[in-house]
Amino acid sequence: MNDQPRDTDDPIEPTEQQRVGGSPDAGQQPAVVHAPETTEVAAPATTVATDDRTVEQEDPWGSAFRRIMGGNLVMAVLAILTSLVVGGILIAATDERVQATSGYFFARPSDMLSAAWEAVAGAYSALFQGSILNLARADAGFAQLIKPLTDTLNFATPLIAAGLGVAIAFRVGLFNIGGRGQMLWAAAAAGWVGFSFQLPPVLHVLVAIAVGIVAGAIWGGIAGLLKAYTGAHEVIVTIMLNFVALWFITWMLRTPGLLQNPGSNNPISPAMVETAVLPPIFGPPFSLHWGFVLSVAAVAFCSWLINRSSLGFQFRAVGYNPSAALNAGMDVKRITMLAMVFAGGFMGLAGAQQVTGTVTTGFTSGIDAGIGFDAITVALLGGSTPWGTFFAGLLFGAFKAGGFRMQAAEGVPIDIILVVQSFIVLFIAAPPLVRAMFGLPQPGTKSRRRRRDEAALRAMTKGEQA
Amino acid sequence: MTTQQPTAAPAETIELERAVVRHWKAPISYAVLTVVALVLMVLLARDGDARLRLASGSDFFQIPDALLPARATGVVIVVLLALLTAYAAWAAATVRRVGVWLPIAFGVLFVLGFLTWAGAGAMIPIAGLLFATVGLSVPLIFGAMGGVISERAGVVNIAIEAQLLGGAFTGAVVGSATGSTIVGLLAAMVAAVLVSMVLAVFAIRYFVEQVIVGVVLNVLIAGLTNFLYSSLLTDNPALNSPERLPKLPIPVLESIPLLGPALFKQSIIVYAMYIIVPLIAWGLFKTTWGLRLRAIGEHPLAADTVGIRVTRLRFWNVSLAGAVAGLGGAYFTLDSNGAFTREMTAGLGYIALAAVIFGQWHPIKATAAALLFGFASALQQTLGAIGSPVPSEFMLMLPYVVTILAVAGFIGQSRAPAASGKPYIKQ
Repeated sequence: MNDQPRDTDDPIEPTEQQRVGGSPDAGQQPAVVHAPETTEVAAPATTVATDDRTVEQEDPWGSAFRRIMGGNLVMAVLAILTSLVVGGILIAATDERVQATSGYFFARPSDMLSAAWEAVAGAYSALFQGSILNLARADAGFAQLIKPLTDTLNFATPLIAAGLGVAIAFRVGLFNIGGRGQMLWAAAAAGWVGFSFQLPPVLHVLVAIAVGIVAGAIWGGIAGLLKAYTGAHEVIVTIMLNFVALWFITWMLRTPGLLQNPGSNNPISPAMVETAVLPPIFGPPFSLHWGFVLSVAAVAFCSWLINRSSLGFQFRAVGYNPSAALNAGMDVKRITMLAMVFAGGFMGLAGAQQVTGTVTTGFTSGIDAGIGFDAITVALLGGSTPWGTFFAGLLFGAFKAGGFRMQAAEGVPIDIILVVQSFIVLFIAAPPLVRAMFGLPQPGTKSRRRRRDEAALRAMTKGEQA
Repeated sequence: MTTQQPTAAPAETIELERAVVRHWKAPISYAVLTVVALVLMVLLARDGDARLRLASGSDFFQIPDALLPARATGVVIVVLLALLTAYAAWAAATVRRVGVWLPIAFGVLFVLGFLTWAGAGAMIPIAGLLFATVGLSVPLIFGAMGGVISERAGVVNIAIEAQLLGGAFTGAVVGSATGSTIVGLLAAMVAAVLVSMVLAVFAIRYFVEQVIVGVVLNVLIAGLTNFLYSSLLTDNPALNSPERLPKLPIPVLESIPLLGPALFKQSIIVYAMYIIVPLIAWGLFKTTWGLRLRAIGEHPLAADTVGIRVTRLRFWNVSLAGAVAGLGGAYFTLDSNGAFTREMTAGLGYIALAAVIFGQWHPIKATAAALLFGFASALQQTLGAIGSPVPSEFMLMLPYVVTILAVAGFIGQSRAPAASGKPYIKQ
C-alpha cells in the first residue's frame, strides 16, 4: 500500500488486493458484468503493483528466492499442509484416549502426547493407504497395492468435470454455485435415458451422457440468461435454482410414471440398463471406469476452449473487463450466457458420470453427493485453469478415497475431509495470511536487507543535511 | 413515477418536461396470478366444503368454524382478484400510485382462495397454521436480520447458513454442558459471531471474494459440526440434550383469538425477535449508527472522506450480524428441536438470504418475506397432513422461485446496496 498512515486502531488493516475467483492472470476487480457502476473503490486494485522488477536488478538471488517462496505452488503446498495440521488437531482433540490422558496431562504429558500422535498418525496413514498405496496388502500382489490409487482416480472423475464447470465460469467473471442443480438435472436426464431405452452398448452410454450434458447446460443456461438479460446476480440465481432442481427431482423420483422405480415406494429410480453403464477400464478388482477418460478429455477440451479458441478468447476478454470487451465489439450478453451453458455442461458431465459410473443401481435426490460444492474448492485450488483443476480434483479425490478408509479403519468421521478441504480453500484464498503464518516475504514489500540498506542511506543523508 | 427535468430555458419561462413512466410489472404479475387462480379454483374446481377452524382452546371467545363451499368461494375470489387486477392496470395506465393495501388484499384473497380449494372436503386448523408459521419463520427472520445488517454494511453474507448451524451446535453443547439455557443462548451468539469474524477478516482484511468466503464457511461449518457430532455427541448424549427454553405465555394477549397463541405463547427468543426487528429498523434509518452503516455499504469512499472508519465499522457490524443470526441458530436446539442433528438447518440459511433479497434489504420487508416463506412451508406441512392436491415439493420450491423472479425484476425491484460485495481499499 501507499505510505500514508492508516488508522492504527483499526482491528483489521487492508493489505493488498486478492482476487481468488477470477481469472488467475487478471489482477482485476470482480467483474460485475452488466452493472458498470464502477465506483471509486474499484480503481485502486491496479495500483498495488509489486516492485519485484526493480529488486531483481539489485538483488537477483534474493528476489528469485522470494518469488519462489511467494509463488502459487508454494502457497498451495503450505495451504494443504496447514490444513492437514488443523485436521490433525481436530482428530487428536476428539480422540477418546487423548481425552482420557489429558486429565493427568501435567503429571505425565508423554501419555497424552503419544496418544495424540497415535491418533493423528493412524488417521493420516489410513488416509494415505486408502488413497495412494495400500502397503498393508502389498504382499497380496501389485494389483492390491495400487488399487487405492485407482479408487482415487474414480473419486476424482466427477470432481474434475464439476471443477471445470466452476473454473470456466470464473474465467468469465461468473460464480457458478449452481453445481448441485445442474448435476441433479443431468443425473435425472442421463438416468432416464439409461434406464428407459434399449440401445447398442457403447452408443447407449454415450447418448445418456450427452443428454445429461445438455440437461446440465440448459439449467446452467437459465442462470446465464437471467444474468445476461435481466442483470439478476448469478450467485443468487444459481443458489435458488439448486433448491428448485432438488425439489423438482425429488418430486419426479417419488411420482410413479416419472422417474420412480416401478414397484418401489421409495424415492429412487430404476437401475441403469447394462448397456448404459460406463465399463471399467481394467476390470476387477479395479473399479476405475471410462468416465475418468471422459474427464481427462473434458480437461483437454476445456484447455483448448479457453486458451486456443476464439470463443475462449472472448470468454477471457469478458472476464478481464466486460466494458472493454463490449467496446471491442463482443456480444457480452451472449458470452455471459454461453459461459454458463458451458459451465452447466461440464457440471452435466459430472452428473451423468455419477449415474452411469458411480451409482448405477438407481439414484436418489442425493446423487450429487455434494460434488457441486466440492467443485468450487477444486476450481479455487486449481487456480481456475483446466489442468490446475485436474490436479486439484485428483487431490480431493484422494482425500475422499482415503477418507472412507479412515472412517472404516480408524473411526474418524469422513466429515473431517470437508473441514480440511474448506481450510485449504480459505488459506489459498488469502496468501497474505499463509505468508504471515510462515514468516514468508509478502510480495511488494522489500527484503530485510534492502530495507536495512535504505534505512542506512536515509540516516546518512539525514546526517549530511544536518 | 414522474420525473421533472428543468430545461435550459431562461429563468422567466421555465418549462418543465414531464417524463411519464408507466410501470406495468405489477398489473402483469396480478394478471398472471389471477389466471392461475382461475385455472385452479374455477376450471379445476373441487367439490365439497372447506372447514377453516379459527378457534383454539384458550381464546376469550370461540369463533365458530368457517364453512366455505369450495366452488362458490373460488368463483367469488377469482372475480375479486380480477377486479383488483383491473384496478391495478387502470392505476398503471393513469400513472396513479396504489396504496400498500392492494398487494396485501390481493395476497390475502389469493391465499384464502387457495386454502379453500386445497382444503375442500377437509378441515384446516388456521390457528395451528399460524402457530407453525411463526415457529418456522423465527430462524429465517433472525438469519435475514443478520443478512440485512451485513449487506447494508457492504459485506455479502452468504454464510447465514453457517451462522445458524454454528449457533445451533454451540447452543446445544454449551446449553447441555452448563445446564443453563441462557448460557447456551449466549454461547450460540458467540459462535455465530466467530463465524462472522472469519468472514469479516477474510473479506475486509484480505479482500477475498466475499461470496467465496461465505460458501466455504458454509461447507466448513457443516463439516465441522458433522465431524464433532459424529465423534463427540453420538458417544456422549449428555452433551446434546439441552433444556429447552420454557414457553412464556403473556397473560392477556395469549387469549386473543386466532393470533394470540401464535404470537404470545412463545419462548424468550421469539419475544426477543419482536424487539430486535423494530430496533434494527429504527436504528438503521433513524440513528447515527444506521446512517454510517448505510453509508459504508453504499459509498465507502464518501463515508471515509467524512471521517468514518470504514473497515472498522464494517468489521464490527458484520460481527453484530453474526450475533443476531446466532439467536436464530439457538432457536433450533434450545427451542424448537431440543437436540442437535446433522445439518439441521437444512438450507434455511439460504431461504433467509432469499428473504433478504426479496425484502429489498429492508428489515421490516425482509421480516415480511421471511414470514411469507415460513407460511409457505407451514402450509406445505398442513396440506401434507390433510392430503394436498399440490405436491408438497412445489410448495417447498415457492420461496426460491419467488426469489428468482424478484432478482430478475419480475416482482418488485431488487437493488442491493451499491458497495455490497466490493472490498474497500483505502488509498
